[in-house]
Amino acid sequence: MTQTIDTKTVKHVAFLVRLGISEEEAQTFSGQFSSIIDYFNMLNEVDTENVPPASDIANAENVLREDVVKPSMSREEFLKNAPKSERGYVKVPTVLGDE
Amino acid sequence: MQLTNLTIREAHELLTTKKISSVELTQAMLDRIHDVDKKVKSYVTVTDDLALEQAKQADERIAKGENVTPLTGIPFSMKDCISTRDVRTTCSSKILENYVPQYNATVTDKLADSGAILVGKTNMDEFGMGSSCENSALFNTHNPWDLTRVPGGSSGGAAAAMSASLCSFSIGEDTGGSVRMPAGFTNVTGIKPTYGRVSRYGLIALASSFDCIGPMTRDAYDCATVLEHIAGHDPHDSTTYNSPVPNYTANINKPVKGMKLGIPKEYFVAGMEAGVESAMQEAIRTYEKLGMEIHEVSLPHTKYGLPVYYLLLFAEASANLARMDGTRFGLSVSDGAKDVIDIYLKTRHEGFGDEVKRRIMLGAYALSAGYYDAYYLKAQKVRTLLRRDFETAFSKVDILLAPTCPTTAFKLGEKTSDPLEMYLSDIYVVATNPAGVPAIALPAGFSNNMPVGMQLIGKHLDEATLFQVGHAYQQVTDWHKQTPSL
Repeated sequence: MTQTIDTKTVKHVAFLVRLGISEEEAQTFSGQFSSIIDYFNMLNEVDTENVPPASDIANAENVLREDVVKPSMSREEFLKNAPKSERGYVKVPTVLGDE
Repeated sequence: MQLTNLTIREAHELLTTKKISSVELTQAMLDRIHDVDKKVKSYVTVTDDLALEQAKQADERIAKGENVTPLTGIPFSMKDCISTRDVRTTCSSKILENYVPQYNATVTDKLADSGAILVGKTNMDEFGMGSSCENSALFNTHNPWDLTRVPGGSSGGAAAAMSASLCSFSIGEDTGGSVRMPAGFTNVTGIKPTYGRVSRYGLIALASSFDCIGPMTRDAYDCATVLEHIAGHDPHDSTTYNSPVPNYTANINKPVKGMKLGIPKEYFVAGMEAGVESAMQEAIRTYEKLGMEIHEVSLPHTKYGLPVYYLLLFAEASANLARMDGTRFGLSVSDGAKDVIDIYLKTRHEGFGDEVKRRIMLGAYALSAGYYDAYYLKAQKVRTLLRRDFETAFSKVDILLAPTCPTTAFKLGEKTSDPLEMYLSDIYVVATNPAGVPAIALPAGFSNNMPVGMQLIGKHLDEATLFQVGHAYQQVTDWHKQTPSL
């Protein structure tokens, strides 16, 4: 089964992962994605009837602990890497519009 | 005596008998880095001042005889995806090019506690996405055995630094072969431990259910020594095992006679370079002479390892890399941004390389409505089958032997135009990560003057056997002692 991933789909998934993309890039990725997904389709040959998905890793179990307050990184230290900050907060443009 | 070529235990012996100091050893390593790394380009950052300061402290520790471990005073390098407080950690990406973590990874803390000396951070494929180090957004690393060839990836800088004697050991990270494949290309020993054996806290995540930090060294003995010091339970990583870390070197000299070595037939198929195939046959004969029983075994789902691995990796990576959003740390492109989404779009467009873009988009595709069952869920089901393959094989044999790559190191630029072709070079190393089992890469000879790597794959948490069987091989061969001329 050959499956083409058109530029519209590429632009859609780019937006899902919040990635700006040019028309030219969308075209290049469209061709590459089609051949990669086509290769992945070989998984269709495998009979997975009654096979459970491996949703966990080998030693997975819930790890619980008391919820106690412990010292953590200071606000000042944390903000060292923030591109913009003001009065102890990370600063970003308007998130909720006023329209 | 060339200080830069010593094994960890040789250096330890000289340090503790006061024949050399850690400052001398560290300075020799730094001098060699400044001399040779112009050609190899394995380091992103060299930490001269910090290293010499740590070396002085190590010398004091040794002088007082307090808290001296086998790693005290030994210079090492760290892959640039592992957080080092106050030392730039880039993941070889433009988006983190100037990122300086405020905290250490658990592995970084453990090595500091043991008294090891950080000499620098090594180059890698951006966020670990690649098999040649050519996806580094910073620069290419060259294979010390032939500078026109790649060192492999994604821990290409770590492997090249180790191979070129630019550190006494190197810390790499293996999500789908990223320690073993470059180790094979550069004549280095390296282990991908069992998933959960080494804490991932402070490791910048690629695929959280596959990522394994592992050492790269001159030989299996050194590898065992380093793993002992970085493994163990960590309250900051709830996937780490609670079970105590064994003393891996205690039984490393035990004879391998009578142990069962499995040869997975699916790994010995057409397409393997002749020199790689003959090196594998010779290694099998060596083990036969050492008294191991050789058995052919089958891992029937081997060919599906690659699509399973990549699909799941894309999906996990697309979620993990969401944190690179230009608001809290790293690159931020906000010029003309009208809202916060605009910052995300611009920052990620400018900050990520093409391979990262491909993978996070394909991950979102595999997870999106209408495709989830066909790709993500299907891959998780086949992952169960891959795991069962290993369980079945290990009910018959103690350990498996396979090549790390069908070929030796390829030329720079040879595979960059076709992403799928690049993925295929991981064919022998990817299946172990979805299964979670440990595997060690060992130098196994040369083909057309380029190193050939083999790997031994073991049962969950049975790293001790990997070291024992690897060490036995290195007692009767000297491939691992060969070094490139630079």
